[in-house]
Amino acid sequence: MSVDTATVAKIASLARIRVTEAEIAAMVPELNGILAWVEQLGEVDVSGVEPMTAVIENHLRLRDDVINADPLTGGGVRDAVLANAPAAEHGFFGVPKVIE
Amino acid sequence: MTDLTELGVAAIRDGVAKGDFTAVEVAEGFNANVAAAQAALNAFIVATPEKALDAAKATDARRAAGQPLGKMGGVPIGMKDLFATRGVQTTAASHILEGFKPEYESTVSQKLWDAGAGMLGKLNLDQFAMGSSNETSYFGNVISPWRRSDGGNAPLAPGGSSGGSSAAVAARLAPAATGTDTGGSIRQPAAFTGIAGIKPTYGRCSRWGIVAFASSLDQAGPMARDVRDCAIMLEAMAGFDPKDATSLNMAVPEWEVGLSGDLTGKKVGIPREYRMDGMDADVAASWDRGIEWLKDAGAEVVDVSLPHTKYALPAYYIIAPAEASSNLARYDGVRYGLRDLPDGANLQEMYAATRADGFGAEVKRRILIGTYVLSAGFYDAYYTQAQKVRTLISQDFKNAFTQCDVVLAPTAPTAAFGLGDMVSDPLAMYLNDVFAVPASLAGLPAMSVPAGLNREGLPLGLQIVGKPFDEQGVLNAGLAIEQRAAFSARPERWW
Repeated sequence: MSVDTATVAKIASLARIRVTEAEIAAMVPELNGILAWVEQLGEVDVSGVEPMTAVIENHLRLRDDVINADPLTGGGVRDAVLANAPAAEHGFFGVPKVIE
Repeated sequence: MTDLTELGVAAIRDGVAKGDFTAVEVAEGFNANVAAAQAALNAFIVATPEKALDAAKATDARRAAGQPLGKMGGVPIGMKDLFATRGVQTTAASHILEGFKPEYESTVSQKLWDAGAGMLGKLNLDQFAMGSSNETSYFGNVISPWRRSDGGNAPLAPGGSSGGSSAAVAARLAPAATGTDTGGSIRQPAAFTGIAGIKPTYGRCSRWGIVAFASSLDQAGPMARDVRDCAIMLEAMAGFDPKDATSLNMAVPEWEVGLSGDLTGKKVGIPREYRMDGMDADVAASWDRGIEWLKDAGAEVVDVSLPHTKYALPAYYIIAPAEASSNLARYDGVRYGLRDLPDGANLQEMYAATRADGFGAEVKRRILIGTYVLSAGFYDAYYTQAQKVRTLISQDFKNAFTQCDVVLAPTAPTAAFGLGDMVSDPLAMYLNDVFAVPASLAGLPAMSVPAGLNREGLPLGLQIVGKPFDEQGVLNAGLAIEQRAAFSARPERWW
């Protein structure tokens, strides 16, 4: 499989990365080079093989169902959450208007 | 008095504990080296000499009060700028996180401070840990302290992504540094700069507070001048963390106490698929010497097969970008980091402009590949296929470990290359991780130790891969090599 300029533009849009036409033109051969190289995985006989889900077997844990079980990841820290926001306003994340 | 910056982790810890010198004297020495080398090597993004001094003063005060100093008491270290450090800029070497000052501390860095270590600064790296030469950092290339013996001054790559870490330790700017390894990012830079580094079993070190690249592969580990120092620092970094769903709920062994270079009764596997056509002659010779050294240490050497080796890199370059495209979706110009809001732009346009401006070329390339392989219609052909191949690679190692205790291989197919030599060809750069990536895909502990110099006078590393949870076996085989390689070469100071 290979990509063309329309596909790269579509992928970039899905990834929310603005790209110029010149950038797309440069990316098409680069991405195709990488995709052609990974194509070799198709040679591998994977019949009956399960896709890997966990590299080291482990059990998913449940934490106790209590508020602020770990204060580091708990609530009540609005100002800390907003401290690095580029446009915090009135205790919220500010964004451009989304409703006309 | 001896130059304290010549000392490693164990020597500093023991010297401070005995009162041969103070932790403050050690921190001052390394702070001076960091400052003197910054213009030439660019190993740090931010230096924090006051943090190193504060931790050292605390250690000296504890000693005066007769209190325990901790596993890393009095040892100043470099922190890869991928670990969130409270109040200190944390960028992942990206523009999109420039100025980001976390409100919290990563688990691994907190454990190191709790063990008595101090922070010299935040180390440069490949942007979002994506690269093998430290040439994708927004904050400029790290220059290796090593130079070829031909008298030329061509700047060399310190390896990547932990290139600031490797350069800093090799140049004596820090006795040790943290690294992270997703597909070789501790081992390859360690090999390029003549130092040691270990990636533990996936899950040993908490990922909480480490900027995520590919979460099923990312694992932190120490980089230091020798095996013992790595063992000490790994003890301080490892341990269960309920905040990381993949953290291993296992006790941390006393790896330093368990160190032994006697490999009597151990079997070392030599994977035949790693001996590739056209292999660099010096790398092949170094591998052969490593085999002899391990035999000399009492090990039995056996031939093993890892038949899916050649598919590890292509599988990695589907899985890692796929996970990266998902992880990096969080950088949106809303919650932290850069915001680029062109005049009249709506929310979607703001996202796209911010990400276009904030990510470097290699990061964008990987996000686009990852988005593509996960997109509807291609998911099974690429991503599911790669995860099946990953299962086979993991099974290869399981089969090999029925015949041997550890596997010995070169760390990288070449010594350090020149800055700029590979940037025009992403695939050629990716291939430098050919020997490192299989252990990452299988989640196995793996380390690189210095094994000698090549014909150009540049370091080569040997890699030991072990069974899950058997960091001790890996460290011990590494120690056996270290004792026989007697690697004492170091870059001549030009910076």
